[in-house]
Amino acid sequence: MEILGIFDRGKTAAAATREILEGELGEVVSYSPVPDHALDQALHVSVSPVRVFVLVGGLLGCFLGFAFPIYTVLDWPMITGGKPLISIPPFVVIAFELTILLGAIGGMIGFLVLSGLPRVFGRPAPDPRFTNDMTGIAVTCARDHAAAVRACLERHEAVEIRG
Amino acid sequence: MSFAKINDDILRTLRPPGVLYYAGLALALSALATGTAAFLHQAQTGLGVAGYEHPIFWGIYITDFVFWVGIAHSGTLISAVLFLFRAKWRTAVARASEAMTVFAVMTAGLFPIIHIGRPWFFYWLIPYPNERELWVNFRSPLIWDVFAITTYLTVSAMFLYLGLMPDIAAARDKVKDWRRPIYRFLSFGWLGTDRQWRHYTALYGFFAALATPLVISVHSVVSWDFAVSILPGWHSTIFAPYFVAGAIFSGLAMVITLLVPMRRIFRLEHYVTVHHFENLAKLMLATSLIVGYAYLTEFFIAWYSGSPFEQGTFFDRMFGQYRGYSWTMFACNVIIPLALFWKAVRTNLAVLFVISIFVNVGMWLERYVIIVTSLSHDFDPANWAGVYQPTWVEAAITVGSFGLFFTLFLLFVKNFPAVSITEMKETMDRSAEADPASAWPEPV
Repeated sequence: MEILGIFDRGKTAAAATREILEGELGEVVSYSPVPDHALDQALHVSVSPVRVFVLVGGLLGCFLGFAFPIYTVLDWPMITGGKPLISIPPFVVIAFELTILLGAIGGMIGFLVLSGLPRVFGRPAPDPRFTNDMTGIAVTCARDHAAAVRACLERHEAVEIRG
Repeated sequence: MSFAKINDDILRTLRPPGVLYYAGLALALSALATGTAAFLHQAQTGLGVAGYEHPIFWGIYITDFVFWVGIAHSGTLISAVLFLFRAKWRTAVARASEAMTVFAVMTAGLFPIIHIGRPWFFYWLIPYPNERELWVNFRSPLIWDVFAITTYLTVSAMFLYLGLMPDIAAARDKVKDWRRPIYRFLSFGWLGTDRQWRHYTALYGFFAALATPLVISVHSVVSWDFAVSILPGWHSTIFAPYFVAGAIFSGLAMVITLLVPMRRIFRLEHYVTVHHFENLAKLMLATSLIVGYAYLTEFFIAWYSGSPFEQGTFFDRMFGQYRGYSWTMFACNVIIPLALFWKAVRTNLAVLFVISIFVNVGMWLERYVIIVTSLSHDFDPANWAGVYQPTWVEAAITVGSFGLFFTLFLLFVKNFPAVSITEMKETMDRSAEADPASAWPEPV
């Protein structure tokens, strides 16, 4: 079952989260209007793997930025201005821009995939105040832990408890 | 001040606008319509309706292109560079600057297309397998431009949208009218869970880190359109830093030009304070000094080079037929901004607004002077007689570009939160942690 605690301060929500997790009473998902570092610490949030997507995108962009111009000049060899066909310095500009472009696109894809977005037709947030001024923690727990979870939420000054 | 108050105050800007807003929008749309009509006339008649005359085949359109790319730069400076430096004051002005960046790049991107003789073939700039079996020339700075501008537009747009996502969700949960399903769609179903915030903050940092070198590269690439040629007045190694400083300078001026009326119309005095404007003015002063130094360095290089062509071009720039433009540019970009040394000037929004207009004019003239005076005074004295006279078509298309920019900006600020709700709350949250007694700075 799911129990929702609504708090008017992130710190109290974080304290409740910490206690629930330490007591192994259930699993917690938090909702907040801003990124909350106290909640992150309570939830033992690890470093986001978005960085891997950025790195892979950037490396791919850098590779394509050199490989594509080199392929095109070899595909139709035309010497202009006495310059070598494979002129690395001007291709650095293309490689640089594509590194940034694909790094950013990779990061965006990573963010969307890892965050489960877009979810246009999915279930809305349990309370519209979570994008305004309230912090919420949704606790998924076994029925025999429900009373303990509610007590914990009350102890940490939840302004509202549902479920 | 509380989270709920911030939410209400900023989302209040989405309410139906007043007469002043509609008057501004009507003016911008009229300008856009004028420019569109002029462009259609040019497309139908040919580039002859522009005032190009041998040897001046880059004129107002390329001036406009460089001007609008420059305008875009301060947005990224504020949203990315100041973010990395943890300058908290950027919060209030970041959203408007980011939006300005995207719209300025969109406007800039149209000018190379307007400038080419057959604009319907603009896609030939993009390398793709084709029946002509030809590829673009990757050694050309014009192709570097295509990659730089496309990358800048894409990354800036994604950066803007990422920051908007939680704010659109806040709007979705607040408004009750027909816009709600639209905000729901545009928010991507944002919930604000710990998982989403974790990836959001990581990506925001990466975007800032990627956009910082990008902003420097973009105007450097634009400057190389000129600097890699051998034309006197263009062939200079200082062009890249000179252009980047000028771009940030002009962009900051445009931010002030936009924010002063926006703050007034939307009653955002509590959020966009005089303190923010003073910081923008300080940055503008610093970049003005760099630009002034670059102007003087250019003259020094011309003298020290011993090249009569280089010296002739710069002498002609200040004392030839285009001297009026050059001296006005110098006054607007170097002399007038010196007033910003005084705090009384930096904190007087009316005066700041007027100075920002002067800088906008001065920076447009700077690009005009660089392009036209150099082309008009090349290596062949027989070419020096040519005078570039812009035509009504070029003037109308330039007016149209301002119309497009302001139309997009006005539509944006009325339909999306013009100040970042999330970052405002975050700033307040951290202030409260540091000093609970002063959770929020009092408005000036």
